[in-house]
Amino acid sequence: MLTLKEVQSLLSGELLTPGINLEKECSKVFASDMMSDVLAFIDPESVLVTGLITSHVVRTACLADVSAIILVQGKRPEPMVVDEARVRNLPIISTACSMFEVCARISRSHPEAGR
Amino acid sequence: MMTEISFQQEFEIKGGDFVRAGEASCEIKNLLKELGVAMQVVRRAAIVSYEAEMNVIMYAGSGRLDLSVTSDRVQIVVDDRGPGIEDVELAMSEGYSTATPEMRELGFGAGMGLPNIKRNSDIFKIHSKVGRGTRLEMTIRTNGHRL
Repeated sequence: MLTLKEVQSLLSGELLTPGINLEKECSKVFASDMMSDVLAFIDPESVLVTGLITSHVVRTACLADVSAIILVQGKRPEPMVVDEARVRNLPIISTACSMFEVCARISRSHPEAGR
Repeated sequence: MMTEISFQQEFEIKGGDFVRAGEASCEIKNLLKELGVAMQVVRRAAIVSYEAEMNVIMYAGSGRLDLSVTSDRVQIVVDDRGPGIEDVELAMSEGYSTATPEMRELGFGAGMGLPNIKRNSDIFKIHSKVGRGTRLEMTIRTNGHRL
């Protein structure tokens, strides 16, 4: 099982919400830009991999008990969105990797993470 | 049987207000946590509330969400002043959506909203009148047993 810290390292990711604990386990990964699908199908405590950077991603993640958001293709949300995530104690990691590459790297290290 | 209401709160939802979309549901989630409702129930209620809130924001002019919590259930009732749903059975089928491209850009409108509300509720009722609006009633039992 990987920790969020190990996932960050695996993806050479930047933590946009410094100070939030990454020593949590990353047990499941769900990759989607469709928040409707996230709400319908994600397991609690999953890591959400997405290319969307609106405040709705943070709220959807919060409501669906997501443990961390990974933003692909080096995307960075507006500071307001990052602030909202920080207030909700939700880590956001930004990586230059594509969504496919994120899933591939995590899958190589933790084959059980997908669903 | 009458059940004593231990908590009740109303939330106004403004149609088209995408900036604040989800705020009411985040507040509801925090309230339920503070009330000591089991995490699994909190999650289901939060998802139900968010899907219903998004429906008002995407399709209606305005709406009201009533949250009530008793010792054995969480109830969420959402009344909107919107266009109503012509074919409720069709709207309940997974994948059917009348969302605009703008809604889809925000990651919504996959046609999963109403089916997902039903899936996460123990009792789900929908009443809709074209030209008048839609009323959704969702009940989630707090003892972990589905009705």
